[in-house]
Amino acid sequence: MAVRKNQATLTAKEKRDFVNAVLELKRTGRYDAFVSTHNSFIVGDTDNGERTGHRSPSFLPWHRKFLLQFEQALQSIDPNVTLPYWDWTADRTPASSLWGADFLGGNGRSSDGQVTTGAFAFSGGKWTLGVRPDSRSYLRRALGSAVASLPTRAEAESVLAISTYDAAPWNSSSEGFRNNLEGWRGVNLHNRVHVWVGGHMMTGMSPNDPVFWLHHCFIDKLWAEWQRRHPGQGYLPTGGTANVVDLNDTMKPWNDTTPADMLDHTRLYTYDTGF
Amino acid sequence: MSESTHATELTRRRMLQGAAVALTAAAGTAVLGLTGPANGPASAAGLGASDEFDEAYRGRRIQGRPAHGAGGEHHHGGGYTVLIDGEPLHMMRNADGTWISVVNHYQTFSTPRALARAAVNELQGAALVPIA
Repeated sequence: MAVRKNQATLTAKEKRDFVNAVLELKRTGRYDAFVSTHNSFIVGDTDNGERTGHRSPSFLPWHRKFLLQFEQALQSIDPNVTLPYWDWTADRTPASSLWGADFLGGNGRSSDGQVTTGAFAFSGGKWTLGVRPDSRSYLRRALGSAVASLPTRAEAESVLAISTYDAAPWNSSSEGFRNNLEGWRGVNLHNRVHVWVGGHMMTGMSPNDPVFWLHHCFIDKLWAEWQRRHPGQGYLPTGGTANVVDLNDTMKPWNDTTPADMLDHTRLYTYDTGF
Repeated sequence: MSESTHATELTRRRMLQGAAVALTAAAGTAVLGLTGPANGPASAAGLGASDEFDEAYRGRRIQGRPAHGAGGEHHHGGGYTVLIDGEPLHMMRNADGTWISVVNHYQTFSTPRALARAAVNELQGAALVPIA
């Protein structure tokens, strides 16, 4: 059984193996397909139309499946690799080891936002962006510039305390755990982290930055934690909702996986600790 | 960009963000209370000629206008078009009336003009590429 670990606890070898597997997916073109898929959903998901990957109840099971597929792709390169997660309530500064040259590389430089350290720096020749919103083909970051602070542990706790999974109208204006976690309302957890990292993480092509996977792995872990704390609550809605993925509807683009299939992560992988 | 320009810009952006949050809170209450966001697209309804803009911002031409013609209601831009140096910026309207674009997809803006300016800031002179 795969165990997903806190990125801060990875050994030097685990970091190296993860980075090398990511680079190999990039080299073969498989990585960019994930970026394309994410962007096509993020520009297609709308509050008043069909919505699957974002701003909807299936935000969480959709990303759980998306991450699982990415993790399986990594494991096809190196079977020992699992997705690490980034607990941004704990590792909150650009000085975190997450941003070390031996892992994801550091902040973008002030002149043009270009990441210049680590394996994903453009100058290394292994991380040229093909699926991108503009003419620049180098990875960019601006840690902490568009929003000053990452969410705190207390803010995460306040969202975990919300007992209802989601609520009509099942979009970015909803009450409930999902939308407060996604960040369209309330203290703003997931969205704010994208903005804090800046650069490509702010765009629809956010998986261009490998930290995307570590961020979403922690979001996935928070969903697991919410389930543990609210055992009587479940995914909503459960049927007959226009434009929205109900509990037993299949999700695009896979068309063979329902939110119900994704509820129990423990048959797929486990986490090293609780929140 | 000089560091001082950069710092000024960041301050301005934070102010915009703060304004967007405040407006979002107010608008959200009204939308939820009066119409219910699920009942119809938060489209260009209510946007008129006064919401058009055409200006030079940090050396780029930014233009915004309600989308015209058939299909505008179905466009993900929420019935509105923003151009940067003539290239369309992919954008979307949220249920609460705020806006996001493909280069600021996790951050809401209270007006298309604020969205366009934020995109220019992000682009740092780069050209938009078409989104399939």
